[in-house]
Amino acid sequence: MAKGIMFIDGQRVPFDGEPNVLSVIRKAGIEMPTFCYYSDLSVYGACRMCVVEDERGKIETSCSMQPRDGLKIRTNTARLLKHRRMILELMLASHNCSCTTCEKSGDCHLQALAVQFGVHHVRFQDNRECGEFDDSSPAIVRDPSKCILCGDCVRVCSENIGMGIIDFAQRGYQMQVTPAFNRKLSETKCISCGQCSAVCPTGAITVYDQIGKAWRAIHDPKKRVVIQIAPAVRVAVGEAFGLAPGQNVLDQLVTALKLMGVDEIYDTTFGADFTTIEEGTEFLERLEKGGPFPMFTSCCPAWVKYLENENPKYLKHISTCKSPMQMFAAILRDRYNVKDQEDGRTTYHIAIMPCTAKKMEAARPEFVQPDGAPAVDLVLTSQEIIRMIKESGIQLTKLEYESPDLPFGLGSGAGVIYGTTGGVAEAVVRFCLPDKSKNVLRELKFSPLRGNRAIRVAVIKVGERDIHLAVVHGLANAQRLLKEIEAGSAYFDLVEVMTCQGGCVGGAGQPHGMKQDKEERAEGLYTLDRSAPFKRAERNPVVGTFLKDLSEERRHELLHVDYVKE
Amino acid sequence: MSNGISMERVEEIIDGYGCQVHHLIAIMQDIQAEYKYLSPAVLERIAEKLGVGVAKVYSVATFYENFSLEAKGKYIIKVCDGTACHVRKSQPIFNAIREYLELEGKQKTSADGLFTLETVACLGACGLAPVVTVNDQVHSKMSPELAIELLEDLRKEDAANG
Repeated sequence: MAKGIMFIDGQRVPFDGEPNVLSVIRKAGIEMPTFCYYSDLSVYGACRMCVVEDERGKIETSCSMQPRDGLKIRTNTARLLKHRRMILELMLASHNCSCTTCEKSGDCHLQALAVQFGVHHVRFQDNRECGEFDDSSPAIVRDPSKCILCGDCVRVCSENIGMGIIDFAQRGYQMQVTPAFNRKLSETKCISCGQCSAVCPTGAITVYDQIGKAWRAIHDPKKRVVIQIAPAVRVAVGEAFGLAPGQNVLDQLVTALKLMGVDEIYDTTFGADFTTIEEGTEFLERLEKGGPFPMFTSCCPAWVKYLENENPKYLKHISTCKSPMQMFAAILRDRYNVKDQEDGRTTYHIAIMPCTAKKMEAARPEFVQPDGAPAVDLVLTSQEIIRMIKESGIQLTKLEYESPDLPFGLGSGAGVIYGTTGGVAEAVVRFCLPDKSKNVLRELKFSPLRGNRAIRVAVIKVGERDIHLAVVHGLANAQRLLKEIEAGSAYFDLVEVMTCQGGCVGGAGQPHGMKQDKEERAEGLYTLDRSAPFKRAERNPVVGTFLKDLSEERRHELLHVDYVKE
Repeated sequence: MSNGISMERVEEIIDGYGCQVHHLIAIMQDIQAEYKYLSPAVLERIAEKLGVGVAKVYSVATFYENFSLEAKGKYIIKVCDGTACHVRKSQPIFNAIREYLELEGKQKTSADGLFTLETVACLGACGLAPVVTVNDQVHSKMSPELAIELLEDLRKEDAANG
């Protein structure tokens, strides 16, 4: 790793292993503008915003420049500012500037930089043809007229997710980002993870907005609106209201939703406790019966979709457990169908999720009830709920605290950490370990189950047997692991897979966040786990009573699903 | 398979390159040399065999002018539009052929599937300008009238051969 001292705008800045000049500049406290640079994606050098000038007047992009000892650069010369303004003006010229009505307005990177650099007038005209508006996906919407060709979505889709659904097509002024053959997303193998929308600096790819539907349900007196809130949501929503990533706002969120007119508000961690117990039991059963191994977790709908589309032979390895959201919905429907008949209202169930793929999961045929309606009527992402709160004029940080309602608002610490990579595996291990002492839990804290390395491996003793666990996040990494398993060079009993980097805290439905923010959100969840009154799913008293009341057959019907197609 | 493309042959070509993704362009060139164009099914098969997204393969195929994603006619007519041919009025020849074949918009192949009309930057036969080639056979010193005559002859020839 290179080490030395650079001179940035005359200031001495030491560097030690930074991958490029751009990160050294940022370390020096200068916010270098970029569209196409993300530390966890490859360097692309397309947007040219991060240009710097060396002492001989040579201009280069700092993202693709290696730090060198004694390197002298300037970041804000007249020429550089002129170039940046020109780049922005050209981008705006080829961009559909319908800012006032754009979904992304206020959160748009292009808009922010145009304001920052004072680009008030665009001299050029755009006469290119652009691709068709595409709202065929259940999770995201593509508006090619707003694309600035930074390529972030292309790289995240192929490098982090390993799918390569969208790419550049054509060249020169005809170039555009599109699925192959200009197909609609619904005609591709897109798994709805939505990471392309999470990195898109403009409104070219956005989360499929279903706020209107939510308001209609809330304002309908015949509907009982019941909400569940996923763990990862509570540590990210605050960011939109000026709080630090990782700060828990669940209780304020409950108050806000009540003010908006929601009838009942519950916690998805309650569903997660069912998942832990069911998945743990299934795992122990598989250990007895001898497989099939590895058992894959089933919480991440994008991962399930991926196996379905690309690797169906592994579907039987997936746990038969429904995801926490669907378990919650199944239990809720089981209880509320009676209630609905009694008071003549229909229960409208909304799940607030950090995830765009949950919108796709909710619409899956497996989760349609006998009456034809889906168990979860509507999935709203963190982004959408933030907008609804703002629309209502509610100042989240000034609200009183209110806990989620009972009985479905009670969850364990194990349920809370479902929101981060490694959380599901840790929750299941906590359930499976025969030794229930506190020391064992403390030790787990330092096991490789936690952390943010892409693939983490641990061996944990359950009874007499050594259990080989793997935790992987970022679907591209999971694909790599699958290849190793297939080649026989790795063996695991249990593998937790999360499609998004960082797990659900890094979901595409969350407010825009960088790697650091996602780590802080994860830390926020671990803090909640530490202060939780009970850490293990099986200690959840409500879950215990519910399970006692269910017959074996009914339990299977409500909580399990078979993704394997005959 | 569709349009006379044999997927076995396509796979043979891909296997011939050891399914290496860095041979993508060479693979597509070889397949196109055999079938004159790359169908969506072909691109999908290439992506599957090389283990990359089909969007990536589509991206490369659309980047290069040389690759055609549409089936081509029996006769591929290339009108040279290099500097020498251009100043000796190749454009009217191109327009005349276009009109004769009733091509509209971005359409390159006639409705009967017999002719495909393309331009080429320079054939290096500037002394014979303006030049038109039909399936790589060179016709020199053309005019709009001669070009139409040529096409009519080809059409008759094709009808005679059934």
